[in-house]
Amino acid sequence: MEKFDLGEDARLLGPIRKTGRGFWLFAGSMLAIGLWGLFAWSTQLRNGLSVTGLNVPVYWGLYITNFVFFIGISHAGTLISAILRLANAEWRRSITRAAEVITVLVLFFGMGCVILDLGRPDRVLNVLKHGNFTSPLLWDVCAVTAYLTASTIYLFLPLIPDIAILRDHMPERRWFYRILAIGWTGTARQQKILNRAIAGMAVIVIPIAVSVHTVVSWVFAMTVQPMWHSTIFGPYFVVGAIFSGIAAIIIAMAIIRKAYHLEEYLKQIHFSNLALLLLVFTLLWFYFTFAEFLTTYYGAEPTHMSVFLSKTEGKFAPLFWTMVVTCFVIPFTLLANSRTRNTVWGCVVASISIEIGMWLERLLIVVPSLSNPRLPLTATTYFPSWVEWSMFAAFVSIFMLLYGLFTKLFPVVSIWEIREGREHSVKEVTERVESYLPGGEDGHDA
Amino acid sequence: MARWSMVIDLDRCTGCQACVVACQVENNVPPAGADQAAAGRTISWMRLAPFQNGEHGTRPDLKLVPIPCMHCDHPPCIKVCPVKATQIGEEGLVAQVYPRCIGCRYCTTACPYTVRQFNWRRPEWPQPMERGLSPDVSVRPRGVVEKCSFCHHRLQRAKDKVSAENRPLREGDYVPACVESCPAEAMVFGDLDDPRSNVTRLSQSPRAFRLLEELGTEPKVIYLSKGEWGGEV
Repeated sequence: MEKFDLGEDARLLGPIRKTGRGFWLFAGSMLAIGLWGLFAWSTQLRNGLSVTGLNVPVYWGLYITNFVFFIGISHAGTLISAILRLANAEWRRSITRAAEVITVLVLFFGMGCVILDLGRPDRVLNVLKHGNFTSPLLWDVCAVTAYLTASTIYLFLPLIPDIAILRDHMPERRWFYRILAIGWTGTARQQKILNRAIAGMAVIVIPIAVSVHTVVSWVFAMTVQPMWHSTIFGPYFVVGAIFSGIAAIIIAMAIIRKAYHLEEYLKQIHFSNLALLLLVFTLLWFYFTFAEFLTTYYGAEPTHMSVFLSKTEGKFAPLFWTMVVTCFVIPFTLLANSRTRNTVWGCVVASISIEIGMWLERLLIVVPSLSNPRLPLTATTYFPSWVEWSMFAAFVSIFMLLYGLFTKLFPVVSIWEIREGREHSVKEVTERVESYLPGGEDGHDA
Repeated sequence: MARWSMVIDLDRCTGCQACVVACQVENNVPPAGADQAAAGRTISWMRLAPFQNGEHGTRPDLKLVPIPCMHCDHPPCIKVCPVKATQIGEEGLVAQVYPRCIGCRYCTTACPYTVRQFNWRRPEWPQPMERGLSPDVSVRPRGVVEKCSFCHHRLQRAKDKVSAENRPLREGDYVPACVESCPAEAMVFGDLDDPRSNVTRLSQSPRAFRLLEELGTEPKVIYLSKGEWGGEV
């Protein structure tokens, strides 16, 4: 393929061509926090889980909370991107890649949390050697592996034409991009195969994504523990996952837009459209939470009520009501009001609030049920130790570092899809709308 | 095939904790130490749980209930283990495979009785206690789950003994350390499938009940008590 002129889209290569001091400062500080995490982890490896705040009966804490939280965030990318692609939502073009990268990267940290939580991480391969398929944890292993594979393919496929562009425009890293471009020349045949593959993957990825968080919820729901053993948990977790996922995309987009001056590509309309989706999920979250808590309260079984009351008026009450405010009150107020929804800061504040709230929600699912065992037990209050907090900080930092590095190697806004939008979709959309109207040609009758 | 079962008579139990200590010594259960105990990380295969009986405001009737592993016929812990590190044997004993356990603690959270224990750190005994460790029971490494085994090693020993004496296993040949140590004779151990055994007879008593029966776990630890509080536990 001859080197074509990128035109104004050339600026999308800017972050790859030039790396300023700001980025190195960012990368350095993220790496420093990551190294601190390595130190914390070595402490845990030497002394075992006694360096955490875990105890009897709170056997699971921050690590499992983060596992659920990170896997939840992973629903940002692939799922949203797949739905928008299949729905022919034209505004998706500049945001899909930024979203898909979140999925692939954050899944590693989700799985990392489980390994971190093991008493014997050296024996983790027993899960393959002696796998017990009646265990929801094994379902998790299967679902997450499938999701990681599918979403990596789904990230890579739409990257191929862009990698070819890099191969032709970046002579100094040509060898690297040449391997990854796997011979892409942009012929009509190649393009047709690629479009088909992307569409196929988009269909495959959706059920896998739904299964992943359903299965994560089943780790809890399949036990008989009070306020875990709930049929609503599957959909409740999926809704929460997409909720925190969309919020994560908005935050990532706002940072990319500001850092790389991509206001022309990540426009207000992209934020506002996502914000509308976020508003729907704010309401869905409230609906599910309300249904779950009302059912427990109305049934009033004593073992369930002891967990319920510990959340609403007991020792977890400050966290619980913060969750209600950050998951519902703040985002609902900001997103239902068009004056704040149609500003970037309004969307970002709502999203940050949701991330805090959703993290608290995960914590409030894991810890209170374990803190209130059915039989009397002298229980100590769980508070995460410095090791657990350090690992949390390190995981978030290394995730951000890897995300930053991705934007330095590949265009975070899909160049060819923007071009395609400009060159073909405007006409296609006009034709599509005409076909909806009386007198238009009905493509589906043919 | 035997189905081993334990009966604990709460009307006889004095809460003296002899069973707790006997279990600790018999099974090489490490002492937690003051700092770990304060952090809520003691290990005990047999614990005494305080139950309050009767209405609030009336004469309080506090019972200390010894709680070992229930060795359920339908154990919730076995299903959830991702690596088959906990299994139920032919004679109904729920066993833990220490060398395979990955320490995910799913079983400890799934057990409604909270009887499963985790080794938060490497077990240590103050000298000279280390010299008194039982050679029949393996010392568990850091990071794995352990729990009451109904003194499974004693069953092995009893089987060896009766096969040497060329006779069948009789009631009393196999008794866990807690049962043996009980000064109030509040605990009875035996085969629930043997219609003439003491545990079978006692399990049919009107005083008999099991903990959290409504969960369908079918525990093989059976309690006896005159009070009506069995049902509300």
